[in-house]
Amino acid sequence: MFVLIVGAGRVGSAVAKLALASRHEVSVLDEDPLSHERLNAGQAQSWEDSGGQFTVGTALELDALVAAGIERAEVFIASTDGDNTNLIIAQIAQKRFGIERVIVRVMDPARAGWYGEQGLHTISPTQHAIEMFERALEPELA
Amino acid sequence: MYVIIVGGGKVGRNLARELISKDHEVTLIESSRPAYLALEEEFEHAVQYGDATELWVLERAGIQRADLVVAVTGDDEDNMLVCQVAKEKYLCDRIIARVNNPRNHDHFRLLGIQPAVSATDLILRLIEHEVPRYGLVHLLALEEERLEIIELEVKAEAPAVGETVSNIALPEGSLIISVLREGSGFVPKADTVIEAGDEVLLVLDPGLEDAITEFFAPNGSEG
Repeated sequence: MFVLIVGAGRVGSAVAKLALASRHEVSVLDEDPLSHERLNAGQAQSWEDSGGQFTVGTALELDALVAAGIERAEVFIASTDGDNTNLIIAQIAQKRFGIERVIVRVMDPARAGWYGEQGLHTISPTQHAIEMFERALEPELA
Repeated sequence: MYVIIVGGGKVGRNLARELISKDHEVTLIESSRPAYLALEEEFEHAVQYGDATELWVLERAGIQRADLVVAVTGDDEDNMLVCQVAKEKYLCDRIIARVNNPRNHDHFRLLGIQPAVSATDLILRLIEHEVPRYGLVHLLALEEERLEIIELEVKAEAPAVGETVSNIALPEGSLIISVLREGSGFVPKADTVIEAGDEVLLVLDPGLEDAITEFFAPNGSEG
């Protein structure tokens, strides 16, 4: 599978490494060259030598998305640090480039919920944290 | 009319002021605390502090009863998101979005966020109006309907001069809707004769401009 990941912070870069390790073709787009170093950190081989792709660019720029290979992407992951950026580029991937597997990180549970109902596959780390706190506090809350 | 304006910068602030002076009910939403405090001195209860891309902030502002939502922040993703949510979640009848980077215009269109207004485009249109190419002025583009309305000044050597409207073989998909002559306008009939110096208004399918220009202001002629 060709996986395009936009936004390689802690989450995006870790998912990128996982996908590459599972022998998928992985391309990463990030506006910060530092994210490239994050992909290399702690690895025996550089990101490129391991078969990964990295493009510096802004997610909303079509040229950058095309350079990163969006036209042949089968999985699109939006994991920048901006909820709204993620929600918009995910819809661009879906509606303009016809990618079926689109996964979006949305910190805000409310936005994650509504866009989830609209057919986007949203993941809300905040919602997960809330649920884990709830579970951890179970004895006290009961 | 109840209007929610998102973004209290120069555009949002002046828009709020204008609408309030025309007796509309306005809520301005600003996400920066210092900017909000400055706005509060002028707008008092008509300005609220918060990030309008958070649903509860929009709900607190009463989005359910808003007649119009205008998103004019400096961030295109925020403007798109606010308008999309206003339209699709809260079923607000009318939205207007500001486009900061004209290259994002396609994204607004893709998500059905119309009208999307870009200052760059407006200024370009004004320049076109002031410095018309071949004397052609774009008056209006009806993007949804895929139609345009243009204005042309008829040159002395143009093929259309001296011809009746019915004799001018305009391309299919175009129609003369009005003629301005000596300061007054009228709707032409089939036997109206086009004269040099007339200003003609046409409605047309996009892409026919060059063909139309050939009839009224052929290449190279100066007005």
